[in-house]
Amino acid sequence: MKSENTLLTMKNICKYFTGVKALVNVDFTLREGEIHALMGENGAGKSTLIKVLTGVEKLDEGEIHLLGQHVLPKSTHEAQSIGISTVYQEVNLCSNLSVAENIFIGREPMKFGRIDWKTMHKRARTALEKLNVDIDVSQTLDSYSVAIQQMVAIARAVDVDAKVLILDEPTSSLDEKEVEKLFEIMTKLKNEGIGIVFVTHFLDQVYAVCDRITVLRNGEFVGEYEIKDLPKVKLVAKMIGKDYEELNASIKGSDSQDDEAHSNKEVFLEAKQLGKKNEIEPYDVIVYKGEVLGLAGLLGSGRTEMAKLLFGAEKPDTGELCLEGSKKNIITPLQAIKNEIAYCPENRKIDGIIPDLSVRENIILALQSKRGWMKYIKRSEQEKIANDYIKLLSIKTSSAEKMVKELSGGNQQKVILARWLLTQPKLLILDEPTRGIDIGTKTEIQRLVIELANKGMSVIFISSELDEMLRTCSRMVVLRDRVKIAELTGDKLETNVIMNTIAGGN
Amino acid sequence: MEGIKKLTKHQIFWPITALILVMLFNLFFTPGFFKLEVKDGHLFGSIIDIINRGSPLMLLSIGLTLVIATGGTDISVGSVIAISAAVAASLVGGQMIFVDGVQEYVTLVPMPLAILVTLVVAVLLGMWNGTLIAKLGIQPIIATMILMVAGRGIAQLITEGQIITIYYKPYFFFGGGYLLGLPFAIFIVGIVLLIIMLFIKKTAIGLFIQASGCNASASKYAGIHVDRIKLIVYTISGLCAGIAGVLISSNIKSADANNAGLFIELDAILAVAMGGNSMTGGKFSIPASIVGALVIQSITTTIYSIGVPPEITLVVKAIVVIIICLLQSEDFRKMFTTMSHLQRGNNIENKLTN
Repeated sequence: MKSENTLLTMKNICKYFTGVKALVNVDFTLREGEIHALMGENGAGKSTLIKVLTGVEKLDEGEIHLLGQHVLPKSTHEAQSIGISTVYQEVNLCSNLSVAENIFIGREPMKFGRIDWKTMHKRARTALEKLNVDIDVSQTLDSYSVAIQQMVAIARAVDVDAKVLILDEPTSSLDEKEVEKLFEIMTKLKNEGIGIVFVTHFLDQVYAVCDRITVLRNGEFVGEYEIKDLPKVKLVAKMIGKDYEELNASIKGSDSQDDEAHSNKEVFLEAKQLGKKNEIEPYDVIVYKGEVLGLAGLLGSGRTEMAKLLFGAEKPDTGELCLEGSKKNIITPLQAIKNEIAYCPENRKIDGIIPDLSVRENIILALQSKRGWMKYIKRSEQEKIANDYIKLLSIKTSSAEKMVKELSGGNQQKVILARWLLTQPKLLILDEPTRGIDIGTKTEIQRLVIELANKGMSVIFISSELDEMLRTCSRMVVLRDRVKIAELTGDKLETNVIMNTIAGGN
Repeated sequence: MEGIKKLTKHQIFWPITALILVMLFNLFFTPGFFKLEVKDGHLFGSIIDIINRGSPLMLLSIGLTLVIATGGTDISVGSVIAISAAVAASLVGGQMIFVDGVQEYVTLVPMPLAILVTLVVAVLLGMWNGTLIAKLGIQPIIATMILMVAGRGIAQLITEGQIITIYYKPYFFFGGGYLLGLPFAIFIVGIVLLIIMLFIKKTAIGLFIQASGCNASASKYAGIHVDRIKLIVYTISGLCAGIAGVLISSNIKSADANNAGLFIELDAILAVAMGGNSMTGGKFSIPASIVGALVIQSITTTIYSIGVPPEITLVVKAIVVIIICLLQSEDFRKMFTTMSHLQRGNNIENKLTN
């Protein structure tokens, strides 16, 4: 049996930001040698709780006990020195330094006033060996995959004699094998008596490794559960306060119409041998009116590149594009917008939102450029549009004048969706529209996509999550290594077939 | 309390506060600063002086606000002033001609044409900057540095290395004349401000400039031609500098290729910064920059009128600027407002140690 000794208790934790309650009376306990999942939707307060624990934010009320001792870390450094280590979502190490340097940065072993490289390398190797990672520690960090970098971050975190290890979304950039490896390591550390706090969006992973779950919602403590007492469906219900089954059923309901043959549907877009050197090999593709076409493939397989050519974000150097039967020359996004094509880019922060502008301005932006700079949309009209779409997509914001960067990720994504729906596109391209978004919003977006298609809009849907693609798409194009390799329809739309096609087997 | 908080959120609040502080200083320490006299139907006094001398700076800050809002900068405005002053002076200039002992006003080319040519040259110079930056992707500070350095040379070529004196009296009206008792220059600033404000408020250009400055990549995906927006703002900046060049040459009745508008680009950038505009682009306010320009001109005039020894005027100016910038810095202000928060945290800590 696992040890039942309590390692860490946080009691009645409260944290206020000017006018907003980020945490209200949250309790959290962590035992020695357990993996404890901290779950909640975006904005539930997970990160704030971790920030309070690691000394990034000062708590306003409450107590923290570590091994029975009253503690209050005032900086991450102090948190580390009392045994609380954190590995963040994005690896925050120095990629141009060596692996060993990264592990020992700020506490390098010294000899005669100089860095003792020999000891440092040796200790780095042992630290990594403990995690079953065998690499050359004198190489720079960026010569290794993200997964290895993550392991290095963990090695660093554990090497400082950690009692509590916090893993904040460590798996979001790892593939399945790497995740498995990470879980091995987590189990190993757990058996050594370290308490691990695991934050993730992936439910399956929670059930694969965790012992207990604490659920937060809207900054409040919902409950603490043993994993065996809380089936997945119930967990989701706790997180979103709604019934997941219900949500799921409402999406599935529309699936029945997908069996219709495509032959009687009109063609909206046809690309013939469209391609760009070093980006994507020439491809043919047809998009029918009112269908959801999925682009499946691994990251970097050419999904995004394919979409960008259709939107004019990249200039094709071969092939042609026909819209509703007539040939078009689309080489800038504006031309695409004027031809009723919309594109929600993959990277919301870099290519989507204009962070410092208001929700209203973000929503009307594409419509404004479609109309041209001379025909400025009247302020009153802008406000009406913005409020309509905030209601329509239930965007959570206190007002249309709030800066979009102050919204949570899911709501930012909805703002971008609103921006494009407003242009009344005939073809909507969605590139990873649900990445990093909580389950509630995810389901809403998926449902919206199907609704739009039913109303006659063509949708191209790109996602790394096959589940989601299967749920929404009626046809799929599969890409591998920047080449379009297959088109799947009907009963071939099944996980195994798609996986095999992506992988290249039969 | 809520009302005050709301007020301080306005971008223009802090520049106006700074202006009021400088004025309060003068109220107590500079005798006769606010005295206005009427001579020959014109108003005279330090205040009028600030408005008159600050006009070129205000013009520059209008153009620069837009440039900086796109995330760029334009350090060539001083040189554009020198070039346009040289062009205007050499076209208007002429010689002193006396007919029967009375001076005749003669120009080389008609004055309206001369001014038109000058402004066209300024627009072309602005477009040159814009092309380098928007089409060739050169970093703004480097691209405009080319014209900043080369511009004075071009101005020298036009004036043939001489200081051109202007003898055509009607030309002096722009920088030295009075309308309704006020310096005419301020009317020019007002007209330019009005046109630009209409341009950015009544069309979508203002929104597009902010979007491009805040996130160029996302703006492109939203269908904005960011390169065209950049070309437009650098052209406007060039035009504003051209008008400032006309004002300056008219005011000093000559064109000095070496000294006209020397280092004024730094004051202009400072004016935009004092207006609370972010140097990295995004949201902007032109009226705030205008107030910023007035603050700088007030400081300069104040330093002269209280008789700071000339050798240390720059040091005094720098200190005043630092103080004002600190006032405007949100982080600096936060250091005070978070005191109460800290107190709350410390209380918990104290409980812990006891």
